[in-house]
Amino acid sequence: MFNHLLSLLIWLPVAGAVPVLLAGSDRPNLARWLSLLVAILTFAVSLFLIPQYNGDTGGMQLAESHVWIAALNVHYALAVDGISVALILLTTFVGILVIIGAWEVIQDKPHQYMAAMLVLEGLMIGVFCATDALLFYVFFEAMLIPMFILIGIWGGPRRVYATLKFFIYTFMGSIFMLIGLIYLYLKAGTFDLHTLATLPLTLQEQSWLFFAFLIAFAVKVPMVPVHTWLPDAHVEAPTGGSVVLAAVMLKIGGYGFLRFSLPIVPDASAHFAWLVILLSLIAVVYIGYVALVQEDMKKLVAYSSVAHMGFVTLGIFIAFMLVREQGNTDAARLGMQGAMVQMISHGFVSGAMFSCIGVLYDRMHTRLIKDYGGVINVMPWFGFFYVLFAMANCGLPGTSGFVGEFMVILASFSANPWIALFAAFTLIIGAAYTLWLVKRVLWGEVTNSHVAEMKDINGRETLVLGAFAALVLIIGVWPEPLTHLMDSSVTQLVQLLAIHKV
Amino acid sequence: MPTFNDILIMVPEFYLVAAACVLLLADAFLPANQRGVTLHWASIFVLIAGIYLVVAHQPAGTVTAFNGMFIRDGVAEILKVFALLCTILVFIYARPYLSDRKLLVGEFYTLMIFAVIGVMLLVSAGNLIMVYLGLELLTLSSYALVALNRDSKLSSEAAIKYFVLGALASGMLLYGISMVYGATGTLDLVQLHDAIPHSSMPHLLVFGLIFMIIGIAFKLGAAPFHMWIPDVYQGAPTAVTVFIGSAPKLAAFGMAFRLLAIGMGGYVQHWQPMLAALAVLSLAIGNLVAIVQTNLKRLLAYSTISHMGYLLLGLVNAGPEGYSSAMFYAISYALMSTAAFGVILALSRAGFECEEIDDFKGLNQRSPWMAFMMLLCMFSLAGVPPLFGFFAKLLVLQAAIHAGMMWLAIVGAVFAIIGLYYYLHVVKVMYFDKPVEGTEVRLQPDFTLRIALSLNALVLLVLGVYWGPLLGWCKQAFVG
Repeated sequence: MFNHLLSLLIWLPVAGAVPVLLAGSDRPNLARWLSLLVAILTFAVSLFLIPQYNGDTGGMQLAESHVWIAALNVHYALAVDGISVALILLTTFVGILVIIGAWEVIQDKPHQYMAAMLVLEGLMIGVFCATDALLFYVFFEAMLIPMFILIGIWGGPRRVYATLKFFIYTFMGSIFMLIGLIYLYLKAGTFDLHTLATLPLTLQEQSWLFFAFLIAFAVKVPMVPVHTWLPDAHVEAPTGGSVVLAAVMLKIGGYGFLRFSLPIVPDASAHFAWLVILLSLIAVVYIGYVALVQEDMKKLVAYSSVAHMGFVTLGIFIAFMLVREQGNTDAARLGMQGAMVQMISHGFVSGAMFSCIGVLYDRMHTRLIKDYGGVINVMPWFGFFYVLFAMANCGLPGTSGFVGEFMVILASFSANPWIALFAAFTLIIGAAYTLWLVKRVLWGEVTNSHVAEMKDINGRETLVLGAFAALVLIIGVWPEPLTHLMDSSVTQLVQLLAIHKV
Repeated sequence: MPTFNDILIMVPEFYLVAAACVLLLADAFLPANQRGVTLHWASIFVLIAGIYLVVAHQPAGTVTAFNGMFIRDGVAEILKVFALLCTILVFIYARPYLSDRKLLVGEFYTLMIFAVIGVMLLVSAGNLIMVYLGLELLTLSSYALVALNRDSKLSSEAAIKYFVLGALASGMLLYGISMVYGATGTLDLVQLHDAIPHSSMPHLLVFGLIFMIIGIAFKLGAAPFHMWIPDVYQGAPTAVTVFIGSAPKLAAFGMAFRLLAIGMGGYVQHWQPMLAALAVLSLAIGNLVAIVQTNLKRLLAYSTISHMGYLLLGLVNAGPEGYSSAMFYAISYALMSTAAFGVILALSRAGFECEEIDDFKGLNQRSPWMAFMMLLCMFSLAGVPPLFGFFAKLLVLQAAIHAGMMWLAIVGAVFAIIGLYYYLHVVKVMYFDKPVEGTEVRLQPDFTLRIALSLNALVLLVLGVYWGPLLGWCKQAFVG
């Protein structure tokens, strides 16, 4: 089993979707229990990664490789490093919670919803495991199909617009990456990422490839100015879709930078690091202000996701500046490590925030902030969780949101205090929009008669929010296991940054 | 004098001609109540046996018959197998549709088999005359098939349009052939290839080449010679459209390969930019005009035009790698288009043509399985992994880049994004829209149709995961 652990992780949920689909719309409960069983099994299998993966040595482990297309030298090649392991655990964990979260909420064709979720989960795990560029691309694109369906069928009123925009935007980004990958293949004769990393390329070639990769992953992260699909997709997606989108799918953009831009085009990445850093700072500051004026709760959290993901790209590319210009690998490691912690933490916090909004939406069927007020009076337990996640969202020490952002700001300070200054703006703006949201939704008098009738969270919702809360706190006060898991991989990535290809 | 060996090489073709004649006689003499069923299964059996004959006695390497008129090689073998396979699927999909409309007549089967014989001769042609003969056999049968529903104004209009434009294109081709003959004094493709460098009239040759390319572009349906495609696709009975969208595309690729790669191989520098221009125009016109279509058959017609643009991307490479990728594309397109039209046929019934995009509203609620089949077709046509269509696109893009035409690959990529929209629109209609009140979806009860259609659509997924052997087979055909 351990020889094919990664394959098992990918294909278990995908294969599990078939019986769920066969359960049909006549037996919704069977479909629900089956999908929960599959999701729990997948999570259980993913836990084996922790003992199987050796965090001390780092590098790509648990490798599997089979010839897929001999004529093109394409391999079905999988392997993981510490970063992938962390992201896979995040995926399988969130996978359970979205299925529990959708238990009663999705009444229309629940079997198709659950099946799409499971397929999506399997494909996302595939993205985190693939070490062959074409295989990566196949997973990367294929996961659009279930997400397209999820938003389109179970979404809000403008779901069709949002889901088409989401699909076309992402497809547009990635097809240029495909052309870049074909170019690399024709040069190297393989799609193997490890070989591509050692392929010598001129700065001009690297620059073209860098932008091909940048557009693919910038759309996914999303970075300013190609972030506009995200608020639409988040607002219209069903709660589960938003959670997966924010918690896992955005991370694939950041992950893509690590797997493609850093090792394959290091010189161009260093050359254009200023551009990415600039865009990240715009995301942190400007998008933070945009979030402030939102009237829709989901849109507000969506924009705050863009701002938080700005820290991920900032952390990754500030490392270039530190290594190439100052030779300061310790600070570079700190920045990279912070970016990774931020990815995981944002997965939990944004997933939790969207789950909270889902709880409110199920009761009131509105996401507008002005329709709420005084929710704490009728839903005290809900208020407890909401405030906790809001604190994590603005990066309060003791929550997971603090750890990553703090590390990235520290690293930025070593590179350039001005960058750190702008990045640190998030502590003010983030607090502003989050606290103001909490104030308007939770505190105050009950002004709306519908709010007065709301019931506090039930057991199922408590389970979902409680699980998120536990992880937010654990990572906040004791991030060491997470950082240890990723440490050697981050160190190796930072070593790659220093390698010149031209 | 033809030898016994010549006849042996052409056994599959001779056999099909004989079988078609027998079917024609059977149609005349069988009692009316047995005619439909007998002809249907007999035709399918005839084609299956045809596939066996093509594959079973495939000689190693290339052999020629009748003084080089007829070539039997790996390329011809693959194209013939898939042309026959698609025609079998067409027979299965077409039967309930035609019998609902009282169009299930013996001529349908014999004309189809003759058209397939035309395809087979065309892809095996070793001589310009043979190219023309095969093409005419295919197109003349197709004209009659399009007019099968003679009481329909739309069908008759489509048939006339097809005939007039088709005749014009055939004339162009023939004119080009005569110029090439005048410049080189030979009709044999291999001799033509050798004669081109020594020709004293290179200008005449280029003129001939241009006219031949017009003929090829017309048969492929590449812009700006695409005018007939939308009308014929929409006007012809869907049972005939499904055929026109499959096997003749394989034939058109075969014809382009024989004429350009073998015959005019010495003039690559002339035909390469011409094909590139055709490709760009096809991609642009096909994808842009498809966006505004409301009729699914017409939408698929414009999508055909764009797909032929991608196929040309492979041909532009002008090397074994390019030809194999273009052939792979032609095969993938034939399978995808057969499945997509198959879904339309499966949902149509007496008095109702399920061909407007709005007819598919809410299909997922009415028939989730059919909706899923159509979803596979649409994502495959759009080129989204892990479906077959993506890998076909990957290969032609790679061929174009390898030929040093990065700009062409980028054009192909940009239009893939634009094309994505209208395929997604069909999925949106099926999955996200509510079904129209008062309408219902009734699937054709024909069991073989359902099985064949499901297999056809699932193959797009299976070949998306396991396309190595097919690619290997295609590459093998162009080696040496």
